[in-house]
Amino acid sequence: MRTIRIGSGAGYSGDRIEPAVELAEKGDIQYLVFECLGERTVALAQQARLRNPESGFDPLLEERMRAVLPLCAAKGIKIVTNMGAANPLAAARKTAAIARSVGLSLKVAAVTGDDVLDACKQRDLPIMEFDGTISQFGNRLISANAYLGAAPMAEALSGGADVVITGRASDPALFLAPLIHAFGWPMDDWSLLGKGIVAGHMLECAGQVTGGYFADPSFKDVENLARLGFPIGEVGEDGSLIVTKVDGSGGAVTAQTCKEQLLYEVHDPTRYIQPDVTADFSQVEIAEIGKDRVRISGGSGSKRPPTLKVSVGYVDSFIGEGQMSYAGPGALARGRLALDIVRERLKLTGVAANELRFDLIGVDSLHGARVSAHANEPYEVRVRVSGRTDNLREAIRIGNEVETLYTNGPAGGGGAFKSARDVVAVASVLLPRELAQPRVQFVGADSR
Amino acid sequence: MKLREIAHSRTGDKGNISNISVIAYDARHYPLLLAQVTPARVKAHFAGVVEGEVVRYELPRIFALNFVMDRALGGGVTRSLALDAHGKSLSSALLDLEIDAAPDRFQPIDEKR
Repeated sequence: MRTIRIGSGAGYSGDRIEPAVELAEKGDIQYLVFECLGERTVALAQQARLRNPESGFDPLLEERMRAVLPLCAAKGIKIVTNMGAANPLAAARKTAAIARSVGLSLKVAAVTGDDVLDACKQRDLPIMEFDGTISQFGNRLISANAYLGAAPMAEALSGGADVVITGRASDPALFLAPLIHAFGWPMDDWSLLGKGIVAGHMLECAGQVTGGYFADPSFKDVENLARLGFPIGEVGEDGSLIVTKVDGSGGAVTAQTCKEQLLYEVHDPTRYIQPDVTADFSQVEIAEIGKDRVRISGGSGSKRPPTLKVSVGYVDSFIGEGQMSYAGPGALARGRLALDIVRERLKLTGVAANELRFDLIGVDSLHGARVSAHANEPYEVRVRVSGRTDNLREAIRIGNEVETLYTNGPAGGGGAFKSARDVVAVASVLLPRELAQPRVQFVGADSR
Repeated sequence: MKLREIAHSRTGDKGNISNISVIAYDARHYPLLLAQVTPARVKAHFAGVVEGEVVRYELPRIFALNFVMDRALGGGVTRSLALDAHGKSLSSALLDLEIDAAPDRFQPIDEKR
């Protein structure tokens, strides 16, 4: 049976770079995937592109490509990534230029067509997360990007691409594409596609399946996290999967790390909805078959949905924030007094906030006063006040009221911090799939 | 006994929905999870944090539960006022849940660690 090995070189845009180099060097892989696109990143990238038409792709694209292109070219490893963000074509041109600058002639493909802003504007689609339709965003609407499936990326690989760069695509689809290309899986074999999505889901967060984001000393110990190795998926043409990593790298691949990743960001495990298939994780079995080798089996799937999920980016509001620390005996009481003062000041001075939050970091900031009620008195505490406003001016006033605790508040406050920022938020809508028209364009090598 | 003694957990986020896995270290403890880590208890544990419904999915082949908690992330990751906007730390809070482990219902699991 044919098998391919796919390495996962990044689990988010700011991820470590050298584990990907290690995969290219020692991983015996044929494909290297970089998943770098967060929920709202496309919206922010779209704003950057409006300011500069050659920007709007991942800020670490150049550093990552310079780190891995020579090795990947030498070993024939194909790269698939969503680092194109809001501008896959510019990212592809940049990648081809980097390749040329180091003496390589690579064929780079850009997948476009995820931008469905016009189609969304023509239809007043209901928002999935709350009541309303996207027309309520008016001119605050920034972007609308459909989660594309694997087909255009697989098409690019079949067209001879050494590097495939997309914008918004489903994360697991980045891994499904090489499988469809290598094994010729039919796009209506729901069971195989479901297995491919299981593989993609296990790998898409990189270090999260090799012992990253897992350690809990004396309960779940993991060795050498500073040298964490990123995962390799050995996938057979029948959809069988073994998750492993480079020998000698840090971390661990165990049944436990794999179980945590299997359920990560999953709701109903029988219906993990993807652009290419509705995957079923509910019957998945996980077995350790060797050191850092875990077999994942039992994935399946059913028919894909008629719609694509679209991430809609919009200017939501402004957030102002301020922080201040208190320490030593009575720190908690002084922190509480500080919050009371700021609460009253925001009223007295008429700061127009739609929503306010008062936290004691080290006491109740993560889960609120009720869940944290039995906590012991800490040595130090940090007060934090944040609030939502309609404009930047009001947002700034919130942090200012915390800062003035210096000379006006309880004794011994230190380390004031304040910030005010606009909030680009993301909501989701469903769009009939035929309204997104993916397109593959080649740049570099003979297609220049 | 705390839930932490018999299970591990990870939180994930999508919009304003948080999901928390609860995975038994040892298959023998899965029935304890089924019996005692109920949606109602999880909802009560997160009073003041989770405003919506809590739904539980069972995964008997990997001895795990998956809790899906609606309106749990202060309006959604991208707009929340919270310090931990993703709710990443919720899994650790859930492992603080008290589990009744009467001797006849609980076998030590040290060899499994």
